[in-house]
Order: sequence, then C-alpha cells, then structure tokens
Amino acid sequence: MSVVGQQPPPFFNRGPAPLARLAFFIALSLLMLVLDLRFHTLEWTRQAVALVTYPLRRIAYAPVEGIQHGSGYFTTLVTLKDENDRLRQRQLSTANQLLRQEHLELENQRLRALLDMKLRQPATGQMAEILYAARDRFAHRVIIDKGNQQAISPGQVVVDEQGVIGQVTRTFPLLAEVTLITDKDQAVPVQIVRNGLRSVLFGAGAGNLELRFLAANADVQAGDILVTSGLDGIYLAGLPVAKVTRVDRDTAYAFARILCEPIAGVERHGQVLVLGRHEALPPAPPDPESSNRLDKGRRGKKKETQ
Amino acid sequence: MIQPTHYSNRILRPVRDWFVWLTLLLAMFLSMIPVGQLPGYPEWVALTLTFWCIREPFKVGMGAALLIGIVLDVNSASVMGQHSLAYVLLAFTANGLSRRILQFPLPQQALQILPLLLGTQLIMLATRMSVGSEFPGLTYFLESFTSALLWYPLTYLLLLPQYQPHEKDENRPI
Repeated sequence: MSVVGQQPPPFFNRGPAPLARLAFFIALSLLMLVLDLRFHTLEWTRQAVALVTYPLRRIAYAPVEGIQHGSGYFTTLVTLKDENDRLRQRQLSTANQLLRQEHLELENQRLRALLDMKLRQPATGQMAEILYAARDRFAHRVIIDKGNQQAISPGQVVVDEQGVIGQVTRTFPLLAEVTLITDKDQAVPVQIVRNGLRSVLFGAGAGNLELRFLAANADVQAGDILVTSGLDGIYLAGLPVAKVTRVDRDTAYAFARILCEPIAGVERHGQVLVLGRHEALPPAPPDPESSNRLDKGRRGKKKETQ
Repeated sequence: MIQPTHYSNRILRPVRDWFVWLTLLLAMFLSMIPVGQLPGYPEWVALTLTFWCIREPFKVGMGAALLIGIVLDVNSASVMGQHSLAYVLLAFTANGLSRRILQFPLPQQALQILPLLLGTQLIMLATRMSVGSEFPGLTYFLESFTSALLWYPLTYLLLLPQYQPHEKDENRPI
C-alpha cells in the first residue's frame, strides 16, 4: 500500500475495516437514539417505514384476527343469552339517568349561561378497536384501528365504557398508538371525588398506578375514586380514572405512598372511544412584567441568558 | 470427503442472494405477528440475522443489520435506534466469530449463539433503562432461550436449498 502507484488487487478490496464500519454504524444508531428521544425529529422516517410495511403488518394480523373471530363464533348460546340479560338489566337500571340526561344538560347550559360561565365542552368521540398490544416490552402501548385518515391526532384521550384508558401518542395513516395510563411516562391530572383534592396520577408498572407528591397526612383513603380534573385542557373533567387501593403513610418520608388500580379495563382489549379535541383554554392573562421586559429589549435578554 | 452428514464441513451449493433476503423478510413478517407481550416469543429476526452473518459474513453484515433494526424499531413501537444499535453489534460479533462457530456441531453452535442473543437483549435493556423505562421482568430474557432452541431446526430449513445437487444422480450419496 505504501509503495507509490501500487494498489491491492481488486479481489482483496472489501471496503473499510470492520472496526471502522462498526464505529460508523454505532455512531449512526446513537445519533438516531438521541434524535428520537431528545428532539423527536425522526417521525417522518417512522411514518415512511410504517407506510411501506403496512401491508405486511396487516397480513401478519390476519391469523390473530381469524382466531379472535373464530373463538367468537363458537361462543355458546348460553353465554350470549346471559350477557344479553345482564346488558338489558344494566340498561334498565341506567335508563332513568339516560332519559333525564338531555333535560339535565339543557338545564345545566341555561344555568351556566345565567352564571356567565364558559360552556362545558360537549364530548364527541369516535369508536375504535384495540387491535393488539405493541411488542415493545418496555412500555405499555396498544395499537388501535383508526389513524390520521380518520382525523385522529396525538393527544386525544381514549376511554372505554368505564373510564380512561390512555392517550393517543402517535398516529400513522391507518393506525394509532395509544399509551396506556399504566405506562411509566404517562401522567393524568386527577382529583378525588370525595373531597376535590387535586393531584397527578402516574403509571407504576404491573397494571398499577401511583399518586405521587401528596403529603403524608393528605386526606386520601383506600377506596377513593379518582376522576380527571380537566385542569390541563386535554382531559375532559370528570372521567373516572382509578380507585385507591392502598395508602402507606411512613413518617420517614415526606410523601405518602398511594397505590391505585385503573377503573377501566386498561389491559383488556375491545372497543374504545377516542374523545374529540378539547377546546383550547383561553390564553393566560398577560404577565405585567413582560411588557416592561419588551421595552428593555436586548439588555433584558442578556440578563436572562446569564 | 463428502458424506451425507449435516455437519458444517459438508460441501454446499453457493447461497442465492434473493433467498437470504427472502428469509430475512419472512423473519420480519413473523416478528410482526401481534402476539402482544407474550413472553418467550422467539426473536426471529435476530436469529435469522445471526445465521446469515455466521454463514455468509461477506453478504450479510452491519449495514443489513442497521436497516432491519430500523424497520423493527418502527414496528415494535420502540425508540428509533434501539434495535439497530443492538443488531449492528450482533452482526459485528457474529461476523467475527463466524469461522469459530461453524467448526462445532449444531447443538454446540446453539450454545454459542445464546450469549450473542442475550447480549443483544442486554444492549436493548441498557438503552431503554438509561432513558427511564421500566424493567420488563426476567421473563424478557426467555426470548433468547427459545430462539437458541430453534437454531437446530432453523439451520436445516435455511440450508435446504443449498443441499440440492445440480443434477440428480441416484448413485451419488448426496
């Protein structure tokens, strides 16, 4: 190689050394990791790959779908009859409330108009079906069968007939990913029905939830029902989320350890409702200091960076 | 010496490129079957990739591993770069150990594949734990064991086209 004008014969030429290639590819992978985790700029790659592999994914889902449908076909008449009876009973027991709901909502609107308050958002929603749980073992996500094409967008709340299941976190043209409330990175602003105490609920793994950062003497009891507080402008207020199962008050720690379990069938599969977008909250009142800062111009900015 | 054995020193026909890619695609298809979070579902892609990296180190290497990793990242709804990082390292190691592993009979090969697959899973675990995901439990590592068990049948299956002679001869042992 060092001899001038001498090249190795082409059949020995295999490109860069393996270690150099390894370093290159590892750097590329790490770059992707950082870009995806920190800056979230790789969504277009994801969309492209998902679109190309969609037919394959759909075919791969066929056998599972077949098994599900097949087992549904062989459900015995007795179970169906039982379920039918149970549903009819439930319908009767809630009929009273349902019949009066329209009347109550109208009355509520009139009263709110009288009080000059902002109208409560009417909940709109789209039915969707949970297809399967995502393969990623490190997170709790499920895939539903509606996507961009059906006007599903990230941030929408997903509920079933009993309560909140999770939130849409990523959408593809025909599918969407829902992060369940039991996921470690998912937080839901809640309040306790009994006394209106507000807090934030986090996933704790293994199908559990945890109320964090509540003082050791906070008024929380086992059996309390938690509903969404609606403070974030994403979740509608009043959706049932979880039930407190255990409260550990250890004086050694500043905070109580409060474990909850979800009310909705979070780890089960079936039909869900994707709630429509909550109307954006009115802009926060202007900060009186901000106008002064604008006047100061560059000098103020410099101070901030220091 | 040509004998009707299935040891790796048996003389085989050269592999066809399209067959390599077809099997990798099939493995990706198998990995897309939505089994949910079923523990112990074999890592088809990692297994097939290791196989070709060991058998054909000049055909399948780190570049293929990176591409396959990206597709898997998207389809398993994990973080971009998680699978590609692990698979690139897997391909590098498998390429490097290729000659050594091929000397052993198949059961012992499977024993040597196991640490490779476990290492791949450990890299993915480290990647996700370092950004604050929860630990999926020890059943997570079951996948490597089921995959290593599949090494023996998979080798037969993937080498099948190469066992076929050019022209049929009834008197010849293979």
